[in-house]
Amino acid sequence: MPEKFDCIVVGAGPAGTACAYELAKAGVNVLLLERGEYPGAKNVMGGVLYRKMMEDIIPEFYKEAPLERPIVEQRFMMMDKESAVTFSYKGLEWGREPYNNFTVLRAKFDQWFAEKAVEQGALLVCETVAVECIVKNGRVVGVRTDRPDGDIYADVVVLADGVNSLLAKQLGFHREWRPDEVALATMEILKLDKNVIEDRFNLEANQGCTIEIFGDATKGILGTGFLYTNKDTLSIGVGTLLSGLIKHKIKPYELLEYVKNHPMIRPYIQGSEPVEYLAHLIPEGGYHSIPKVAGNGVLVVGDAAQLVNAIHREGSNMAMTSGRLAAETIIMAKEQNDFSESMLDQYRMKLMESFIGQDLKKYKDATHHFERFPQYFEQYIPMMNRAASQMFTVDGSSKWEKQQKIWRDLGSTKQKFKLARDMMKAWKVMK
Amino acid sequence: MLHIVACIKQVPDTKIIKMNPKTNTMDRASAPAILNPYDAHAVEEAVRLKKKYGGIVSVLTMGPPPAVKAIKKCIELGADEGYMISDRAFAGADTLATSYALTKALEKIAKQRPIDLIICGKMTIDGDTGQVGPGIARRLNIPPLTGVNKVVEVNKEKGYAIVHRKLEDGYEVVKSQLPCLFTVEKDINDISFAPLPNMIKAARYQPTIWTADDLENVDRKQLGLKGSPTIVSKVWAPPKPEGGKILTGTKEQQVSELLSIVLEKKELFS
Repeated sequence: MPEKFDCIVVGAGPAGTACAYELAKAGVNVLLLERGEYPGAKNVMGGVLYRKMMEDIIPEFYKEAPLERPIVEQRFMMMDKESAVTFSYKGLEWGREPYNNFTVLRAKFDQWFAEKAVEQGALLVCETVAVECIVKNGRVVGVRTDRPDGDIYADVVVLADGVNSLLAKQLGFHREWRPDEVALATMEILKLDKNVIEDRFNLEANQGCTIEIFGDATKGILGTGFLYTNKDTLSIGVGTLLSGLIKHKIKPYELLEYVKNHPMIRPYIQGSEPVEYLAHLIPEGGYHSIPKVAGNGVLVVGDAAQLVNAIHREGSNMAMTSGRLAAETIIMAKEQNDFSESMLDQYRMKLMESFIGQDLKKYKDATHHFERFPQYFEQYIPMMNRAASQMFTVDGSSKWEKQQKIWRDLGSTKQKFKLARDMMKAWKVMK
Repeated sequence: MLHIVACIKQVPDTKIIKMNPKTNTMDRASAPAILNPYDAHAVEEAVRLKKKYGGIVSVLTMGPPPAVKAIKKCIELGADEGYMISDRAFAGADTLATSYALTKALEKIAKQRPIDLIICGKMTIDGDTGQVGPGIARRLNIPPLTGVNKVVEVNKEKGYAIVHRKLEDGYEVVKSQLPCLFTVEKDINDISFAPLPNMIKAARYQPTIWTADDLENVDRKQLGLKGSPTIVSKVWAPPKPEGGKILTGTKEQQVSELLSIVLEKKELFS
């Protein structure tokens, strides 16, 4: 007779590990399954870890976790072919406890986080793929793995199996994601001397900087480029909706090469050596794409539940919080020995009441709006660059003349109305 | 019931390890620690024999505390018990001192359950000496069968084992008394995909750990650095092969050029 656990968590990323950690801490007998050689072996993100949601699980984790740099500056570049308008906020308060966020390398961080869950009593089994949920009488009662004698049972199964979540799909919780519901991100880790990084990005030791790049980083396709500082490496990457890549017939690695060679970016990474190449799908369907997240004996967390705020490049924090909320629900369900959908559905309510539901709802139409109207990235960012160039170029013409030129550059009266309307629409989907 | 003990070691993965260019020594932090691949085949063979004849498979290792991971890997492969000797006194051991310490541990294991067969990997990938296995056999005064690539039969009742030993131009069939010690080649078996119950057992498993004090009749002078007469006088990297030629052109041109070279310089390909 195969062993039965209280709970099986499929996937040791931030969502699954957070869930397993909280369950184990509460004395729940939990099995954490991971398909990679170790947790983090197959996980990819740009690299920003948010302090608050991690601290909700492990207070003062930053004293021992393998982090790269606390971020003290966030820059946003609106980039054209050979110019960029940049906004930035730098605050030294972010460089002190309790910090705001950190850059991390997932291969190291996820491993550490999973070890913490094991210390709490979770049982971690790696190199094992859960291939399907075992369903009996309309209830998920366990998972089937790819190993011999691979069936394993539990009162409740948590699906933290990532963006494609084959298990949730098999259960009919979601269909195949459309190309405009997922982004494809490719990135490289570039080795660069620590001092050179600090000089180039105007940092002191143990300070980090993130740069988000809009516009020409993605050749006008909806998406962003990013450049983050780690201890002695840089993370550079670009993510665009899959639909955009298909429409423009661009290969993702071509886009990454384009960003790396862009005259606005090249000086930052000059002389660095690529040490890693990574690529991953990111769920960016937002609020409308959130699938069914609770069923009889099963919950869905993290990327598997499409919990990513693409506008604010937040995902790992939502993953962790969703894992924690799932654990809270399971602990409650265990007390009442009721793992039915109506009981577990409290997880959905918790999720929607939390910042996750609130934020995803706020931006529910944003991605789709910018996807439908490509002029924001294709036209308005270059326009903004031309305006800045015009205004700040000292060429003897009066400032009033310059304003006139900028005004003329906005196009005909009809085009100006369209621009105003687009700005209103953008405000509406973002507010 | 057969009692088979596999001696294993955790080693840095030399496929990806970096060498310190100044000292020509391995930068051990640059590569993950893995179960020595030859030892994985030793454990696999032990588990196969257990399945065929019935019995118990124990694994033994000497190493620092993180080496528990290598034992867990063996439990995944189907080993029943794991023993580890771990102590500062063992540090810096060469093959002579290693075989001494392992022998003392094997004697202790044998007191609890007599050992019929010891299986080691042919060699470790970080040391490449292949001396520890035969060293143990000599100390225990049992026959060492090196380079084993097939086990034909193990007969505990009649007290013998028949194996194939790999030779340069074939193999020899050897019959030996039991107990004896095999060191195995990689081609002896294919590592099987571990069943899930083994994985779960391994995740929970904690091996028996002994210090030098836990072993009996130990001559401390023979342990660790003190017991190691080996002196590494010089380490150097082999010169990189030079020359070579990259063929260019269309596939047809490349193939015909390659063929003419093969025909001209037969001695290179004999």
